[in-house]
Amino acid sequence: MTHAAWIIVTASLVGVSCGLMGVFLILRKMAMMADAISHTVLLGIVVAFLVTREISGPPMLIGAILAGLLTAFLVQWLHSMDIEQHASMGIVFTTLFAVGVILIATSVGNAHLDINHSLMGEIAFIPFNTTELPIVGEIPEATALLIFAFLIVLLFIVGFYKEWKITSFDPALAASLGIPVLLMHYLYMTLVSITTVASFDSVGAIMVVAMLITPAASAYLWTDKLSIMLVLSGLFGVISAVTGYYIATWIDTSISGAMAFAAGLVFLICFVCSPKHGLLSKVIRPIKSEV
Amino acid sequence: MWSMLTESNTQWVLFSTMILGIAAGAIGCIAYWKKQSLMSDSLAHASLPGIVIAFLLLGEKNFLVLTIGAAISALIGAVFIQWVISTTRITEDTMMGIVLSVFYGLGIMLLTIANRVGGGEQSGLDTFIVGQAAAMVYTDVITMLSLAIAVILIIVVGFKEWKIYLFDPQFARGEGLSLTFMNGLYTLALVTTIVIGIQAVGVILIAALLIIPPVSARYWTQYFKMMLLLSGLFGGLAGVIGTLISTFGSGLPTGPFIVVIATTLFVISLIFGKEKGILINYIQFKVHQKQVNLNQLEERGESR
Repeated sequence: MTHAAWIIVTASLVGVSCGLMGVFLILRKMAMMADAISHTVLLGIVVAFLVTREISGPPMLIGAILAGLLTAFLVQWLHSMDIEQHASMGIVFTTLFAVGVILIATSVGNAHLDINHSLMGEIAFIPFNTTELPIVGEIPEATALLIFAFLIVLLFIVGFYKEWKITSFDPALAASLGIPVLLMHYLYMTLVSITTVASFDSVGAIMVVAMLITPAASAYLWTDKLSIMLVLSGLFGVISAVTGYYIATWIDTSISGAMAFAAGLVFLICFVCSPKHGLLSKVIRPIKSEV
Repeated sequence: MWSMLTESNTQWVLFSTMILGIAAGAIGCIAYWKKQSLMSDSLAHASLPGIVIAFLLLGEKNFLVLTIGAAISALIGAVFIQWVISTTRITEDTMMGIVLSVFYGLGIMLLTIANRVGGGEQSGLDTFIVGQAAAMVYTDVITMLSLAIAVILIIVVGFKEWKIYLFDPQFARGEGLSLTFMNGLYTLALVTTIVIGIQAVGVILIAALLIIPPVSARYWTQYFKMMLLLSGLFGGLAGVIGTLISTFGSGLPTGPFIVVIATTLFVISLIFGKEKGILINYIQFKVHQKQVNLNQLEERGESR
């Protein structure tokens, strides 16, 4: 495949995995948790690098998962100490992120990790770093990681569809039905961390938030059914990713930034045009009812 | 190393980050009670495109103009958040996440373009992301200082109004205080504090300077006035010590160190705080336990 094709495939994988995960984030009203985890994953990656001295899939993944769980745990713990949820989130992620940046700036240096790279991602370089996989042959390492993340996300969503649905909409009912709500919460945070770290190399720490929240919020404006929302959100994610790529090549700029921007455009269009909740519907409906 | 302290530029930078910390700590208290801590994070990220557009239009790094650009862009973000949550079923936290990441994405897009076309002038723009207090020059410091002092004055002069606005809006309306005006003033002061802090602390971490000191102050007092003072004190301390540490290393980003100092103060407050601190809670628990045990022993003795 060509250079551009790999980038589009990778970007679409980011779009679809983040889109799927984002749906539950929105429904559970934990959108800012995505922001928190995407920042702290940086610390996980830096520590994994300091321990193993290499940037490769498995250690990074483990570091990121631990960082994500640590964030979720610390936020819960501070919240249990009578600190408002929003404030405890703000304290935890800014601190862990700051420690990550300090570690990068002092001990890791510019050798392999640098702050700008981890904040913005560099999807254009992804096709250069390839790895050999059985059956499929030679594919970029980041793409392989994303395929892995996408399959895990898909597996858990399809496998526990009913459980996620009940836990997201009615945690009390879920608990009374014997679903381990807390375990599901931490499992979910693990999945968010996996998605984040897999997307990290391509879009960086902050744009991954755009890919997680924005397509899902756009889909939320169109439908009331969870299954349709999941499909729409994944679709919007892919549309944002591909559009972003073309905007970026058109005006020659950062691909990840353009992807986040495209996701924002998709949201704006949905906000204006959505049949149920959009701006236009609010203008049109009163006219109809008058007739 | 210590000779740097006697340089007048370093002294000015230290002084300005201290005042910035005080302003951030004070306005952070108001944000804390409005349950909008994360709003500051969102608005900080949303200011990035404004900074870059102001730079692209002007062609040079004029701190005041960049600050105005940042403020406009952050205000647009704030208005958009309000607009969407008041017209659709999308919640506030979702909207904050969207504005934060999409505006930041736009900022990065523009920054990449600025880096390409800007020649050598743009070289310092990257420092807006993680902050570089040492990069500030005298005029920047003066602009930053005067705006920070203005924010502090707004809070100090209107202290009584802020208090009733936060804790009893109904009463405030009865007293003839316009809530819309107070909301506007609050947003303006919040955005000002954020944008003047961006150069020193960076768009990503400036929120910490508004979030952490108020929570730390909460562990020492039940009074709003004391909380404001303490929060300002913690913010100021974090600003000075963080800047000092980053000045000693060459080219170290300032923001992360300020945040780590603020968190250290928070952990100290969390453990030793007079109100609901971990240590005092534990001691009270033990004392209470002892009392209960004694009472039970006495009861047993009486019944025997």
